[in-house]
Amino acid sequence: MEQKTKINAEEGKQDLVNTREFELPLELLFKAYEDPEIIEQWMGTKELKLENKNHGSWRFETSNEKANMVFQLNGVIHEFSPNQRIIRTFEMDNVPFGVQLEFLEFEKLTDDTSKLTMHIVYRSAAIRDEVLKLPFTYGINMAHNQLEKVLSKLK
Amino acid sequence: MTAGAIASNFDTARPTVSKHLQILTECELLEQKQNGREIYYYINAKKMKEVADFIEPFRKMWDDRFNKLENIMKAYKPKK
Repeated sequence: MEQKTKINAEEGKQDLVNTREFELPLELLFKAYEDPEIIEQWMGTKELKLENKNHGSWRFETSNEKANMVFQLNGVIHEFSPNQRIIRTFEMDNVPFGVQLEFLEFEKLTDDTSKLTMHIVYRSAAIRDEVLKLPFTYGINMAHNQLEKVLSKLK
Repeated sequence: MTAGAIASNFDTARPTVSKHLQILTECELLEQKQNGREIYYYINAKKMKEVADFIEPFRKMWDDRFNKLENIMKAYKPKK
């Protein structure tokens, strides 16, 4: 089966490209990145601040109730061109990965389909690889949650 | 497959293909086996999987997010 989301991360490079084709018109895809209420639904983050304009800034918060932790994410918006492009920085507070630069290109494919190309540049190749390893923890957490569910049924 | 057989599938010059094969072999993604005068190249499936597995959780996380985005926006009705 062809994968809808594709990641291209070349060995030893400090960037990666994440592409995805959507069964959505371009305007709706862009709206999902523009409207704080909608972002909140698919990213699972709380939007504290989102200035959709050139030289704007943003701050999101995400909480993990299980771990009783709150993560803050923030960055600046370098360019905001509706239905075309968002260039922004992204940083998670209290982690050693520093800031990353993101180029989001929105393209119309047909009237009903669109494509997002997300080019992420990290400070170094080593940092990129560390960040790529992060979701492993996420996967392990998911497995743990599943395990907890199963175990609680046995009680 | 021999280097010649592999190269015949690409428009790139033969030395370029050889260089790529050399690098892939160094990364252990390909394995060489001598057969008489010919060298045969084999895919090291285990190593390929290791590389794919490294990216997969990250890809999966984004895939889940994007699926969610798609579903939300499919159901989206503009506010009047």
